[in-house]
Amino acid sequence: MTAPLVDIRDLTIRFTGERTVYAVNGVSLSLGEGEVLGLLGESGSGKSVTMRALMRLLPKKRTVISGSVAVAGQDVLAMDDATLSAFRGRTVSMIFQEPALALDPVYTIGQQIAESVKRHEGASHATAMARALEMLELVRIPSARRRLDAYPHEMSGGMRQRAMIALALACKPKILLADEPTTALDATVQIQILLLLRELQREMGMSVIFVTHDIGVAIEICDKVAVMYAGQIVETGTLGEIVRTPRHPYPQGLLASTVHGARRGARLQTIPGTPPSLDLAPAACSFAPRCAHAQQRCTERLPPDVVLAPGRTVRCVLAEHPVPVS
Amino acid sequence: MTLIEPILEPLADIGGPAQPLLDVKNLTKHFPVGGGFLAEKKTVRAVDDVSFSIAKGETVGIVGESGCGKSTTARLLMHLMPRNAGEILFDGETVGGTLTMRDFRRGMQMVFQDSYASLNPRLTIEDSIAFGPKVHGIADKEARVLARDLMGKVGLRPEVFANRYPHEVSGGQRQRVNIARALALKPRLVILDEAVSALDKSVEAQVLNLLTDLKREFGLTYLFISHDLNVVRYISDRVLVMYLGQVVELGPVDEVWDGPAHPYTRALLAAMPALDPDQRTQEPPITGDPPNPIDPPPGCRFHTRCAFFEPVCAEACPALAPVAGGAHFAACHMVIPGSGHSRAPKAGGNP
Repeated sequence: MTAPLVDIRDLTIRFTGERTVYAVNGVSLSLGEGEVLGLLGESGSGKSVTMRALMRLLPKKRTVISGSVAVAGQDVLAMDDATLSAFRGRTVSMIFQEPALALDPVYTIGQQIAESVKRHEGASHATAMARALEMLELVRIPSARRRLDAYPHEMSGGMRQRAMIALALACKPKILLADEPTTALDATVQIQILLLLRELQREMGMSVIFVTHDIGVAIEICDKVAVMYAGQIVETGTLGEIVRTPRHPYPQGLLASTVHGARRGARLQTIPGTPPSLDLAPAACSFAPRCAHAQQRCTERLPPDVVLAPGRTVRCVLAEHPVPVS
Repeated sequence: MTLIEPILEPLADIGGPAQPLLDVKNLTKHFPVGGGFLAEKKTVRAVDDVSFSIAKGETVGIVGESGCGKSTTARLLMHLMPRNAGEILFDGETVGGTLTMRDFRRGMQMVFQDSYASLNPRLTIEDSIAFGPKVHGIADKEARVLARDLMGKVGLRPEVFANRYPHEVSGGQRQRVNIARALALKPRLVILDEAVSALDKSVEAQVLNLLTDLKREFGLTYLFISHDLNVVRYISDRVLVMYLGQVVELGPVDEVWDGPAHPYTRALLAAMPALDPDQRTQEPPITGDPPNPIDPPPGCRFHTRCAFFEPVCAEACPALAPVAGGAHFAACHMVIPGSGHSRAPKAGGNP
């Protein structure tokens, strides 16, 4: 098998300044062609920061990055500015949670999509506008020709998110990074966008990394899932493995605490406490203070990253032993 | 620490258990928009003729998408903005009638979605919670004792948190502060407007458990507003489904979930992620975004997105009509006998 499309090794990201934040602490990830990987975690778990590092979108002066990030054989961390701007949008594209903020308010949707096509493919204005129309039709924006001349504020939230997807996919990137793209949308619109992304992914054969805090959303779209906590990946596996047989106590707790299907009035299982502050680099298991199974060694040193099978890892001492027969 | 007598007595029950704690009739709020130089004046019908009641000790949920008027309803109930029409009866009394605004505000409190924006950043947590009781004439010292007592009740250790400022605590902890502050005046009804929506899932479950405990301990009644159907089902006894300023379905939560009568409710329920990798959603239940509430469609407001559309839907606005059981209602021509819709039950006969 050839090298994976995305290969992140031991990525560590620290923000410096008034106070230091250890945002990502030793993340390793790989993504093959045509795969959809879900990055699942709560706010502050480092999932968005990891995404931004993949495109080098983090502020240069205040960020200290170590480790390696390779995308399609290229070393992303070593790229100069010219290489980077050719890389962004062409090889990797990103869609964001709030399309109203990500789109430029003073250009029409058509102009914004055409600009990207002209920049990356050297196309003429007419060709680029034709591509823009084609993209708007692809993401099923009604009366697409009229919408080419619309400004972002003239569209509804769901329509804007479709326009941003059209923009991101205009140059047929190999990888799409989706950072909570449906979180700000209404339920009936969210499911439409998820189904659209699933269909486009299948048609275009691209790889997707989908960042979300919502297990339900991850289930609708992902093949593989990596669960993040306090800047580390605590468990990876296929969607079915993570949902049905989670091994790390954190995803176990998350799945148990869901209100979906809980009996009315029955007490919900909870994970006590709150996520740790990230002021210090982790020296022990970050989840130990909230963990029901914590042992002395959990608070003394970093937990091992146990490989159960290819693509199935659990960062927990409990995984070192075979599953107890229940 | 000596426990002092609570000086702020809860408001007395007036009408007895049979009288609803809150009775809302024909509540309407229209916002004028535009109307600048040469611009046409338009009206957002944010809340249009909404009626419902909340029994004592009940939890009523309101669900709906953005722009459906659920938050405007909450603000109208709190008397935070004037209404165009309608009546709000709190235990049989109206504000300005036999009930003063001061007593009304004590009886009804609200928790907002944005836990940070709803706290004064310059007040410590203790000061924030003690502020209300002090306004209502409690001495500073007693108000602080009460504040610390409430902090314990919502799971914040007073010795750790009393002197912190809102920016020094996490989102989940801030929402606990807001809940404690709402309870400081011994309210009978608490409106929770997307109170757990901004919280992480593991923290959300903690706060939901807390709300259940507090309800039991203080004998509270909740109006729980959320876009999250799972949370609403978990916490509510009855649910109201709103669409573009109107109530489209109303009933006991299990009846609505097991047999949704309005096509919008069905779509909303079907749009929930499945939580089972083998049963992914294949078709979006409805297409398009909710229409702009500035120009709501005539007739049934849902008819532009409805799969069962027939001409009658664009002509007349359906009123809430009973569905099967006694407490379940839906505003759809398909449940109104003799409405002219081909799927409607026959007038006069049994459906």
